[in-house]
Amino acid sequence: MSAEPSVASSSTPATQHKKTTRGGTRHFTEGGPVKKDGIQQAKTEGKELTKEEKQRLRKEKKQQKKSKEKKDEKASQESEKEKKPVSSASPASQPPTQPITPKAPSAVPTLVPVPASETPAPADKPAKSKAEMKAERRARQEAERASKQGKKGEVGQQAAPGKPKAPPSELQPVVKRLPEHVQVDNPEVLKKLAKKLERQQIPLRSDYGYKVSLFSHLHQYSRKAPLTQQLSIPSTVIHPAIVRLGLQYSQGIVAGSNARSVALLHAFKQVIRDYTTPPNEELSRDLVNKLKPYISFLNQCRPLSASMGNAIKYIKKEISNIPSQCKEEEAKSKLLNCIDRYIDEKINLAAKAIAKSSIEKISDGDVILVYGCSSLVNHILCEAFEKNRKFRVIVVDSRPRLEGREALRRLVQRGISCTYVLISAVSYILPEVSKVFLGAHALLANGYVMSRVGTSQIALVAKAFNVPVLVCCETYKFCERVQTDSFVSNELDDPDDLIVTRKGKTQLEHWQEVPSLGLLNLVYDVTPPDFVDLVITDLGMIPCTSVPVVLRVKNVDQ
Amino acid sequence: MPGPDKETDLTERIEAFLSDLKRGGSGTGPLRGSAETARETTALLRRITAQARWSSAGDLMEIIRKEGRRMTAAQPSETTVGNMIRRVLKIIREEYARSRGSSEETDQQESLHKLLTSGGLSEENFRQHFAALKANVIEAINELLTELEGTTDNIAMQALEHIHSNEVIMTIGRSRTVESFLKDAARKRKFHVIVAECAPFCQGHKMATSLSEAGIETTVIADAAIFAVMSRVNKVIIGTQTVLANGGLRAVNGTHTLALAAKHHSTPLIVCAPMFKLSPQFPNEEDTFHKFVSPHEVLPFTEGEILSKVNVHCPVFDYVPPELITLFISNIGGHAPSYIYRLMSELYHPEDHEL
Repeated sequence: MSAEPSVASSSTPATQHKKTTRGGTRHFTEGGPVKKDGIQQAKTEGKELTKEEKQRLRKEKKQQKKSKEKKDEKASQESEKEKKPVSSASPASQPPTQPITPKAPSAVPTLVPVPASETPAPADKPAKSKAEMKAERRARQEAERASKQGKKGEVGQQAAPGKPKAPPSELQPVVKRLPEHVQVDNPEVLKKLAKKLERQQIPLRSDYGYKVSLFSHLHQYSRKAPLTQQLSIPSTVIHPAIVRLGLQYSQGIVAGSNARSVALLHAFKQVIRDYTTPPNEELSRDLVNKLKPYISFLNQCRPLSASMGNAIKYIKKEISNIPSQCKEEEAKSKLLNCIDRYIDEKINLAAKAIAKSSIEKISDGDVILVYGCSSLVNHILCEAFEKNRKFRVIVVDSRPRLEGREALRRLVQRGISCTYVLISAVSYILPEVSKVFLGAHALLANGYVMSRVGTSQIALVAKAFNVPVLVCCETYKFCERVQTDSFVSNELDDPDDLIVTRKGKTQLEHWQEVPSLGLLNLVYDVTPPDFVDLVITDLGMIPCTSVPVVLRVKNVDQ
Repeated sequence: MPGPDKETDLTERIEAFLSDLKRGGSGTGPLRGSAETARETTALLRRITAQARWSSAGDLMEIIRKEGRRMTAAQPSETTVGNMIRRVLKIIREEYARSRGSSEETDQQESLHKLLTSGGLSEENFRQHFAALKANVIEAINELLTELEGTTDNIAMQALEHIHSNEVIMTIGRSRTVESFLKDAARKRKFHVIVAECAPFCQGHKMATSLSEAGIETTVIADAAIFAVMSRVNKVIIGTQTVLANGGLRAVNGTHTLALAAKHHSTPLIVCAPMFKLSPQFPNEEDTFHKFVSPHEVLPFTEGEILSKVNVHCPVFDYVPPELITLFISNIGGHAPSYIYRLMSELYHPEDHEL
């Protein structure tokens, strides 16, 4: 779908004539019903456009083309070639400048008459989210634009009939580019990443240890080799606050979705405070470019979480929306206020709202089971205890992270009576439990809950014992990704964490030397929505399946 | 004289065995496998038969019952001891009946008519003295011992019927039966094994090292990842501590979660359990079902003050209901869980269910 604009733009001017004269003889390799409608429109209205309109539309198409970066080259190459057999009667005024790259998947979007309604949609979205890639692509685009001058006419023609459509962003989905960190088995992607990091002067972190074959598409790093060892101190490229943050992430000092996001935002505030606009540059563009290497660095230290991704998107949007006539001091203070407001609204106030709703769900005499250490769930339980609800808590923990001990300390400090077990004893303890409260790392658009590994297990056993499962999640963690299993997109932690010494013997000490032995330390897993009874968010209590509705509402607001 | 010496020798051996049992189950996982316990128990019972003073079958059964009660009291969770005692009691009954020349042993509970007319076999019937009884009983116990020795191999021989190539098999903790089962299949087939480590004792680590040394592709995962990886698993093969009378299991903790995850993904759950693990217990005996060990394993003393303010549980066993189990593989072949009650009636006499 996202390749359509390139298709549209690469039609020849000669075919324009052809369209006006013969409306029907168009051959398509593949087509969906939407495309056929656009074609019909083109056929009927192609004859009516005047030269001026075509010029105007050509200019508009030019604008749209600028903002769409990704599939320019390859898709347009193919579409050019495809145009040729279609417009066979017209002499190819533009000799094919690029050879065909036989790529079957992109054949779908490279149809001749693309309904213009689809072209604005992808153009808009990439403009917003891929703003940071503009600088890289500009040079290439200058060259391409020259060769595509003539083809804009046909595109303009398509744009006209397709204009009056409903807000495209709601109806037309954008297939985002697959993130690098789930394509580790693709050497081209790795080479591209290495080049990008070299350009940004950030060291590349290397994988460690034998990776289980099912997960060869993910990174596996060792905690003993942090990225900062390869940096010079003081680092000239990366702000020290970011270096510190990266180290805190990779060593696990700052862990947990909310904590990481808040730490990230505070570090960015520091960066903004220390920032000065270089001469001849605009703050809105330059600051975004400055942030890119920082984000790559943090990504290398530890893959970004969904909440961090959303926070970064928000910051970038705010920065690029700074008007150019704004003075630097004013702009900076505005940004700092924005960030503060974001933290306040999305995290602190959301926690208060969720606590208020959850307390209604906790009754006297309850036995509540929690897993691991979720800052939100701990907050809820402490609030409920303040409001004099009588309940006791069972904290379930799991190796190798043993985060539950932290939750246990916090709850015991408040005076809540607690029990502590490991996850293998959960089917022993569950008959006593009346409710299960779980935290989430992200909520996916198909209703799956992505959370710490082990959460889905607890939900499964709770379902078998008919105990209600409630997930607490702020809306800023909602994410447009979809996922059905815990393999395709996950994080692999240091495999050495699984090694344990009992009674002086360490069984797995030399696991690296044994060729057929692998250790797997997963960080996240996904819980299917039928295990979850209720999701408590700051917008209210919703079922798991309403997540895409919330996302849609949020998009419209923005 | 040989008499009193033999007796003291016998009592010494019994005492040694009892203290061994008490120590062996002191909460750090079985120091000895169930097979060894079964063999030692049977050997001891043979010695009792040979060396104790008894004149009729009834006396012998009384002696064995008494010792048996002491042994089971020493370590209630070690059910193989009780199982072996019941097997030997059944052997004695059979040998007695054979010596008497009657074929009643096969018809005991078969027909209502027999129940009404014969009034059941009463205790008095065992008072007759038969000279050859001792020899017969000892011979039968020897047969039982040979059977015990071959159980692991018999189970392992069936491995190739159940494992095909390029399978992903999941297991939990450490079971010697499953280990030899998988190693036997690995001689001819290539497959992957995922071992759940089974905290807090982490027996899974030892299992994984042993399997990988035999050349099997092994992966160790934490207990929390059982459901996450289950979607890629083709079969779940586990061992167990006891097979209960209803076809359920008493297995190491975490097995119930594993069984539920397998059921959710419709993955077959295969239990490799030799016959001596079959016990006439039912799971609703709450106070004898669970066994707990020191919570130090879960929350070590280094955690400090909070220890006094929290309850910590460390159960050792889990109950797995028979609905979650697909197949039992034992030394006499494969059975469905619904068939277990029948096997039990063949192995043990109903009057021996309560020692």
